[in-house]
Amino acid sequence: MVGAGGPPVSAIILFMAGLAAIAGWWLSQQRLTAKPWLEQGVMVDLREAGTASPPAAKIGLGVFLAVVGSLFALFISAYSMRMTMADWRALPMPRLLWFNTAVLVLSSVALQWTYMAARRDDIGGVIFGLCAGGASAITFLIGQLLAWRQLSAAGYFLASNPANSFFYLITAVHGLHLMGGLVALGRTTAKVWLGAPVAQVRLSVELCAIYWHFLLLVWLVLLGLLTGWTDNVVEICSQLLS
Amino acid sequence: MAVAIILLLIAVASVLFHLLSPWWWTPLASNWGYIDDTITLTFWITGAVFSAVVLFTAYCVFRFRHKEGQRAEYNPENKKLESWLTVATAVGVAAMLAPGLVVWHQFVTVPAGATEIEVMGQQWQWSYRLPGKDGRLGTSDARLISPENPMGLRPDDPNGQDDIVVQNDDLHLPVGKPVKVLLRSIDVLHDFYVPEFRAKMDMIPGSVTYYWFTPTRAGTFDVLCAELCGVAHAQMRSKVIVEEEKDYHAWLEKQRTFAELSGRGNVAKAAYKTESE
Amino acid sequence: MVDIPLDTVAGIPPAEVGEVELYHPRSWWTRYVFSQDAKVIAVQYSITAMAIGMVALVLSWLMRLQLGFPGTFSFIDANQYLQFITMHGMIMVVYLLTALFLGGFGNYLIPLMVGARDMVFPYVNMLSYWIYLLAVLVLVSTFFMPGGPTGAGWTLYPPQAILSGTPGQDWGIILMLASLILFIIGFTMGGLNYVVTVLQGRTRGMTLMRMPLTVWGIFTATVMALLAFPALFVASVMLLLDRLLETSFFMPTLVEMGELKQYSGGSPILFQHLFWFFGHPEVYIVALPAFGIISDLISVHARKNIFGYRMMVWAIVGIGALSFVVWAHHMYVSGMNPYFGFFFATTTLIIAIPTAIKVYNWVLTLWRGDIHLTIPMLFALAFIITFVNGGLTGLFLGNVVVDVPLSDTMFVVAHFHMVMGIAPIMAVFGGIYHWYPKVTGRMLNEALGRFHFWVSFLGAYAIFFPMHYLGLLGMPRRYHDIGETAFVPASAHDLNAFMSVAALIVGFAQLVFLFNLVWSLFKGKEAGGNPWGAASLEWQTPETPPAHGNWGKELPIVYRWAYDYSVPGAPQDFVPQNEPPAGWSARGAHP
Repeated sequence: MVGAGGPPVSAIILFMAGLAAIAGWWLSQQRLTAKPWLEQGVMVDLREAGTASPPAAKIGLGVFLAVVGSLFALFISAYSMRMTMADWRALPMPRLLWFNTAVLVLSSVALQWTYMAARRDDIGGVIFGLCAGGASAITFLIGQLLAWRQLSAAGYFLASNPANSFFYLITAVHGLHLMGGLVALGRTTAKVWLGAPVAQVRLSVELCAIYWHFLLLVWLVLLGLLTGWTDNVVEICSQLLS
Repeated sequence: MAVAIILLLIAVASVLFHLLSPWWWTPLASNWGYIDDTITLTFWITGAVFSAVVLFTAYCVFRFRHKEGQRAEYNPENKKLESWLTVATAVGVAAMLAPGLVVWHQFVTVPAGATEIEVMGQQWQWSYRLPGKDGRLGTSDARLISPENPMGLRPDDPNGQDDIVVQNDDLHLPVGKPVKVLLRSIDVLHDFYVPEFRAKMDMIPGSVTYYWFTPTRAGTFDVLCAELCGVAHAQMRSKVIVEEEKDYHAWLEKQRTFAELSGRGNVAKAAYKTESE
Repeated sequence: MVDIPLDTVAGIPPAEVGEVELYHPRSWWTRYVFSQDAKVIAVQYSITAMAIGMVALVLSWLMRLQLGFPGTFSFIDANQYLQFITMHGMIMVVYLLTALFLGGFGNYLIPLMVGARDMVFPYVNMLSYWIYLLAVLVLVSTFFMPGGPTGAGWTLYPPQAILSGTPGQDWGIILMLASLILFIIGFTMGGLNYVVTVLQGRTRGMTLMRMPLTVWGIFTATVMALLAFPALFVASVMLLLDRLLETSFFMPTLVEMGELKQYSGGSPILFQHLFWFFGHPEVYIVALPAFGIISDLISVHARKNIFGYRMMVWAIVGIGALSFVVWAHHMYVSGMNPYFGFFFATTTLIIAIPTAIKVYNWVLTLWRGDIHLTIPMLFALAFIITFVNGGLTGLFLGNVVVDVPLSDTMFVVAHFHMVMGIAPIMAVFGGIYHWYPKVTGRMLNEALGRFHFWVSFLGAYAIFFPMHYLGLLGMPRRYHDIGETAFVPASAHDLNAFMSVAALIVGFAQLVFLFNLVWSLFKGKEAGGNPWGAASLEWQTPETPPAHGNWGKELPIVYRWAYDYSVPGAPQDFVPQNEPPAGWSARGAHP
């Protein structure tokens, strides 16, 4: 029907296909073709044979990242569908975003370094790395706020064009997720500060680092989308799928 | 025992209700008899499956209900039976899907000779627009809507000048001519729904949707809104009058064009010619 | 049976899980209110869900009064009717069924059935409940706000949902969206627990293929919910911005009551895609736990292993995956590209195949069983009949061209009430009658239960079976009064009145159920640990009701699947999952 648009394909479908592939691979390891009524005893439980499985918190974080990934994939899908409408006017990207991106990369690197320090039992390195990671993440958030102010000072308000609305909305959602991460990072830092041994926080540090890398990855994808780099990719995908 | 009998009665009562109850679809007034046929086919297949499952359950309850000293059979699975049932189900599903898709293809393929008309929904009334003698509808824009131009037609579009605008009145259609209904809304979702025509499609503000049908029976039919559109949704009514081509043209002659309505003089309304003339 | 060499098993100790301090709540508050025990959280979820469900039930009475006797009740007008249908639908689908199946049954049964001490993140689990409660309170508060709750229909389609022609345009819709956002946050916290507990918390010997189908159903439904709810989240946030800050995500240029609004260019269809990307999996989020529960009820009460267990597992996983590629079958007449109809009709009808297999396997489990017509079994039979009925009418609506005349009519209302209203509620009731003895240590009263069953089942069938035929007549849904039409005969009004009377009777039978829940808590027959003779792990706890920590000092070891009923040669007609094969001791020592 004229101008009625297609389903928001591309991003979310690709994301779901990726998750389905992971789930399918995992299920294929679980002996789903076993005939359980023929097997008695405990040795059929293969978890005994394998190496130590990852801790629950790490699995939990993985599942949570799948949920967050699904959230951003849906935003991206909505974005790529909405941007094909006639009234879309791309807004200029403040150059500050490049600085912010660099700071976020730095933050991610700092947390990776912290994780390595934690594995070496280097308590000083852990404290330093946590503080550096936290400080750079906060700098990133302040930078994002400044970018918002620059845009609205230049007349690009939230409701004046859908491109603006999406920019504010997506950066806000990303920022909120980073703030959530900062709460976890703050708790870990406080623990170390109050004298907890490295072994007790090693897992927390690792989880923070994973979360940071994930948010960096999401940010890079969003940046590509917002600056229009991925326009071509989106176009190709929607042509392929519709 | 009582349970098995009640289950049996449910199956019997459901089938009897279907066969004997006076509530059935209203007589068709369009070319979409194929849709009714597909529904009938679906009723036969699903009705057979429903009866079979409920009767089998009732039999099991009757035959295998607990008695002193009874023990259930040990039978984890039966690959052959399961595959057989899967294949039978797939065949049944295909038997419903295939005709459905064929008819859907007809539904979305508008025949070349169809006359375009426009139906516009707004809270909570219907407006209609018919092409003038040029046989084409002019373009429109919601931003142009005003009391003088209730459908928001572009005043500078020559195609639109002789368009017939019908407000607060019934829509008339000639019997036997395929019609492509262009659907437009200026505020919220609506859905132009005439039960006798079977066809239906939402109207979306900001875009134009369509469906087509051929009225096959003269008469007066209710128009309802089938997509929730606010508090007076249930009162959003109108009527479609399907009539012989002669009567239709007599009605058409009495209608006013967009140019007349917007006070731009009387754009010639040369006699509408039917193809047979 | 495959002989597993004894010496490979010998000497494996049970998994070491100490009696952590966690399992000894320090005060009344941490034991009953801010409890981190999944079983207490489950009860909290269930009570809250049933309480809000009663509100939705009362709303349905009011709707039925209006539909059965239009014009008789002057206190119900078009505005209120729309508010009733909206709140009834949203509460029943999200706040009752989703919360009850996952938050209620999931919390109670997952740790017990997989042999865990608790959920893996008990604190997050507790937060999940309190955020859910907050979401419910925000939702209820809309009844008391100026303008009342929203009347946009539970689908909340823009532009209508946020424009002034719809009741509850101010606080109603704003708080509804806020409440949904809260619900999703709370649910995500709970959902992480359910998934990770199944992945990581299973006790020794509990392979995936030994899990009861209830766990499979809840697990798959939770995974789907975790991935589908973000779509509702995105849609809600964007709609909220459209409403509050006049952005144009979903709002096109429009003229409302003669006035040109600020909006421009947005796509109402985009909202529908997002909504149904959540909304269709949601149907299976409600259905899969019901499938699992029904499988277990039938198996236990027919004293027979579930027929075709492997096929049942594959079907659950297959339905879960397929349900993400059928969403646009809710949009055949939405004005989307008509060629999507071919794709979505095909995927939708394909999903019927694994679903049909499940039905066959339930009834084949009854074949040559030893059927005890207990109340849970009765509800399971009622589930099969209502689900088959509703599932088959789904084949009408999924087949794109058949949907055209039927969509937006009472046929759709009848279909989804049968398949995701009555059928899952039958599973909920069956589940409650089945597990109540484990939760409280007492049986529910049998006579009251039978009364409740027959009135609910036959009454609900009498409401919704004839309703299909109103839809065939062409009667549209969401009409508070059909008024004068040529195509609806006068006899249809009598049918409507009959359905309304049946609805009121069914509604009052639920009060009997609530009374039974409370009365049996104090006066019910003592149940003992395993009144039904069930094999799955939750019936093998050392105490009933199970204490915090579930298993006493040692976690159980699982030696077999959950369906060893009427095994030839076994002394009883069931073998508990944690009973070692003949000649073994729990410690695995050689005989």
